[in-house]
Amino acid sequence: MASGVFNFLMKSCRPSNVRYASSRTVTLIPGDGIGPEISAAVQKIFASAQVPIEWESVDVTPVRGPDGKFGIPQSAIDSVNTHKIGLKGPLMTPIGKGHRSLNLALRKEFNLYANVRPCRSIEGYETLYKDVDVVTIRENTEGEYSGIEHEIVPGVVQSIKLITEPASQRVADYAFEYAKLNGRKKVTAVHKANIMRMSDGLFLRCCREAAKKHPEIKFEEKYLDTVCLTMVQEPSKYDVLVMPNLYGDILSDLCAGLIGGLGLTPSGNIGLGGAIFESVHGTAPDIAGKDLANPTALLLSAVMMLRHMDLGQHALKIEQACLATIRDGKVLTGDLGGKAKCSEFTNAIIKRIESS
Amino acid sequence: MSMLFLHLSNNSMLGLMKETGHSILQQVTPTIPEGKIGCTIIPGDGIGPEMMQCMQEVVEATGAPVDFETFFLSDIQYRLSAKIDDVVASVKKNAVCIKGILSSPVSGEGGSLNYQFRQKLDLFANVVHIISIPGVPTRHKELDFIIIREQTEGEFSSMEHETVPGVVECYKIVTEEKSRRIAKFAFDYATGRGRKKVTAVHKANIMKLGDGLFLNCCKEMASLYPKIKFENMIIDNCTMQLASNPHQFDVMVMGNLYGSIVDNVSSGLVGGAGIVAGASYSANTVVFEPGARHTYSEAVGKEIANPTAHIVCAAKMLHHVNLKVHARKLFRAIDKVIGDGKKVVSTARTIYRNGGLSRLLFGDGGGLCGGPPARSILIKFHCWFAIHGAQAVFPTGLPRLCSVVCPH
Amino acid sequence: MAAVSRIQLQKCLQNIWSTNSSLKTLLCGSSVSGEYQRRWASQAKVKYPKAKYGGRSTVTLLPGGGIGPELTGYVKEIFLYAGVPVVFEEVKIDPSSDSNEDLENAITSIRRNGVGLKGNIETRSLSTSVMSRNVALRNELDLFVNVFHCYSFTGIQSRHQNVDIYVIRQNTEGEYAMAEHESVPGVVECLKIITREKAERLAHYAFNFARKNGRKKVTTVHKANIMKLSDGLFLEVSREVAKHYPEIEHNDMIIDNCCMQLVSKPSQFDVMLTTNLYGTIVSNVICGLIGGAGLLSGGNYGDHYAVFEPGTRNTGTAIAGKNVANPISMLNGAVDLLNHLELDHHARILRDAIMKTVNEDQIHTPDVGGSATSTDVVENVLKHLAQNVKPGLVF
Repeated sequence: MASGVFNFLMKSCRPSNVRYASSRTVTLIPGDGIGPEISAAVQKIFASAQVPIEWESVDVTPVRGPDGKFGIPQSAIDSVNTHKIGLKGPLMTPIGKGHRSLNLALRKEFNLYANVRPCRSIEGYETLYKDVDVVTIRENTEGEYSGIEHEIVPGVVQSIKLITEPASQRVADYAFEYAKLNGRKKVTAVHKANIMRMSDGLFLRCCREAAKKHPEIKFEEKYLDTVCLTMVQEPSKYDVLVMPNLYGDILSDLCAGLIGGLGLTPSGNIGLGGAIFESVHGTAPDIAGKDLANPTALLLSAVMMLRHMDLGQHALKIEQACLATIRDGKVLTGDLGGKAKCSEFTNAIIKRIESS
Repeated sequence: MSMLFLHLSNNSMLGLMKETGHSILQQVTPTIPEGKIGCTIIPGDGIGPEMMQCMQEVVEATGAPVDFETFFLSDIQYRLSAKIDDVVASVKKNAVCIKGILSSPVSGEGGSLNYQFRQKLDLFANVVHIISIPGVPTRHKELDFIIIREQTEGEFSSMEHETVPGVVECYKIVTEEKSRRIAKFAFDYATGRGRKKVTAVHKANIMKLGDGLFLNCCKEMASLYPKIKFENMIIDNCTMQLASNPHQFDVMVMGNLYGSIVDNVSSGLVGGAGIVAGASYSANTVVFEPGARHTYSEAVGKEIANPTAHIVCAAKMLHHVNLKVHARKLFRAIDKVIGDGKKVVSTARTIYRNGGLSRLLFGDGGGLCGGPPARSILIKFHCWFAIHGAQAVFPTGLPRLCSVVCPH
Repeated sequence: MAAVSRIQLQKCLQNIWSTNSSLKTLLCGSSVSGEYQRRWASQAKVKYPKAKYGGRSTVTLLPGGGIGPELTGYVKEIFLYAGVPVVFEEVKIDPSSDSNEDLENAITSIRRNGVGLKGNIETRSLSTSVMSRNVALRNELDLFVNVFHCYSFTGIQSRHQNVDIYVIRQNTEGEYAMAEHESVPGVVECLKIITREKAERLAHYAFNFARKNGRKKVTTVHKANIMKLSDGLFLEVSREVAKHYPEIEHNDMIIDNCCMQLVSKPSQFDVMLTTNLYGTIVSNVICGLIGGAGLLSGGNYGDHYAVFEPGTRNTGTAIAGKNVANPISMLNGAVDLLNHLELDHHARILRDAIMKTVNEDQIHTPDVGGSATSTDVVENVLKHLAQNVKPGLVF
């Protein structure tokens, strides 16, 4: 079922036997702070569900590169390059000059052009919004975050937002592929082309072209303002949203806010050189090592990864077990209002998987 | 001394009124001067014309001495549109304007009329007061914060070009002068309204120069206002906080694009674009306009759009031009209609024996004689009703409204 | 002579600066903390955008002590009544407190808004480390000139009619430099400071003022026959500056003679240019001539800020709360404020209402020989205003 997206992504480089291999390897980047604990939890749950994948754990502690700057070690890059797929816990961005943001480095290294974040209301965790089920797909390589800025004269700064046709096409196509493969009905392009007529206009044009290729998916165009307004009133009006970098950044966090924060939102980065799934919450150094962290975001990211790898059965099993545990409300971690430890929560999920 | 002392209740619309200035000095009743004031009206596109008509009728009902100068300005129906310079001249002369929303077409060259209008009048600061109105069902209760947005530069400066085919560059401009000006506006606004905290919203972690400059200007201004707490927040986190914990905000200040986003998200929190009023300030003029900018053209002619934002704009305008007595009438009326809709409707029903006016205004859209939801008429009628009270049942002017409300 | 005086002055100043560091803070015009000084040192020259939005200007209101709160209260009422597009930011200063926090707030507020209206601020503390707050305010904001318009009212009994004199007074140095110390027990030295830079700035201001307002003559008031160096410098500078304004007549007069001339033949004066102390003397003499202290207003101007106040700087604590204080001086201050904000219409109607009240209706408080209360006066002003108030924001 997911072969389409897989084909699409791996077009040029995938050896045909990979898909049918009995066991595949995934690069695991446990991350900092609570990262190792929640990664271990995910591994444990995967083992109990007998997911046919193997983990290759790599360390991404920055090393000084030949240019004198700190960056990801080559071994980690090689690992993702070989396996084409990775799962990543939260990373701490070191403060100070000479450090490239690791997230940025990974994004560049593997050409991660699309950021996908499904936000769904989770039963058992009460928020003001009960009917959220949207997926934000964000162009991740250009736009406002191109990093091109200069001071023209003292006191006047010009930042450049860059929109290119290939990048826009790429992400628009992916949005429709995603919608198709995940049984979604509608794709909404979010733009501000009434003001930024050329740049957002170009993006919008690419979306329209992609929509023509996928007549079975409904396509609509909405102004950024309208989406913002409607999202907090009737989030059920939207399904899949596709947009340039800045809007995506903002809207994906807004949606996460609707369902109760980043602790429950999975995220995936789709690229030309591979795909990396991650939890987007912080490293929570205050509770690290105390067995108190909530592994849900990373687990749901891993579930996304399984779907991406065409392991939908396993994905479903794990996802259901996880959501049922939360819905049940008996064994919950502190952030969800419970008193359970991370390991207890993990074991509860495992029990459900095994009994199913 | 011939000074009247008024009771100020704490209901929300009077809260809004206090926001409009002179907060300490409410005890004194100002004069009702002779003569009329001029007010420019730009109906705008979509539901604008309907809403303006509604607003004008309600203002007339208060007896406020206002001459409206209407200019039809439109990008989409450009043949019918007035000349931008005439409109600007009128606003400059009157110093106040009520403006609907202009739709900006996706195609076309150069800046939109909206952009030109703001540039020519130098309407640099847009203020949107987000306040929960009792009677409007929303998820979050009792919100009360202010969003201040720079709107003459930033992302919306209409500077774009295609460097090579398929690659478009769009410039975002941030200048020290304008950043300072908006930061000072925000702090002055907070000081004048007795607010405690200003939050600057930015993305300086990525746009280190542009948003960094904005943030630094805010910090610099903050040092001039030791009594006001200053915080800053990254825009993506800010939207998340708005959705999950909006009560933490007091006054927010930000650039153009972020302002548009935050305005809309926040309007959604208190009940939608139809009830949030905003205002754009230059040194000498104020343009009152709905806080969230939507033309809502799919509702044109259906009488279902909500005119509250426009009526609140009018009330704020009256207050601004020293017609405070009329402004008060209007604010009270809106409050009564929205906050106590059921009562007003039932009184109306006894008088007019109209079974159709049975539901709450903001419920599931109370039908008019079994027809489609007729909120805009109802609100108009009820404002009128609230102003005149039950005693004045059939003075002049009512039959027209009455015939609209009770067609059968 | 000039060169000598300057060198000696510099030496004198250097001595003061080096010997007494606490004096240094005093000289900088401040009992305000050193940290505060530094904070503002860099910002003193920065001009912030005006606090004027949508036609409404924000103005700092310092009610001060004594009758100040009553009088500023009338101003607020009148402004609201007439729909003046001014929003007041009120800052109260606790007179009995030794801390300067309130004062700092007041100064910051004026820095933000650019304009202020004030009653006289009391400094009750007698501690030598607490300087007069009025002086501190002027020094901190560098309000280097005080302009005081003295004119007679036809409705008020006085010996001289047709007095019309502008007194332009140095506001930040001279005798009020607040540099006093007891050098040995029983011997107190009070320093009077005149600097060429400030004297020049003031003289230029005075001549420019005369030129802009169609005045013919500037008279420098001094005591250079006795204080040859200090007042000598002041006089010398004004003579130099006068050369740049050939169309304006310039003469000088010794302060004691000046007072005599004022009471006998005031019409000979047009614009008077004085140092700090002489300014006080001259303006009080003229107030006496025209019939009282409660009528006139003064404006303090710097490069960036302006603060308006009743002309004679008295708190009037004795008559506070008795409803007998004359509100006219504060109202005139408000008119000056409106003129400064270029709210010409409102300035004009308020001025007319005041004039009619004083001259035609002759509603006078006891200090100018009447029996009306303060509120009678204000109500009468409101009555005249009511006929002229227009709706809307008229600029």
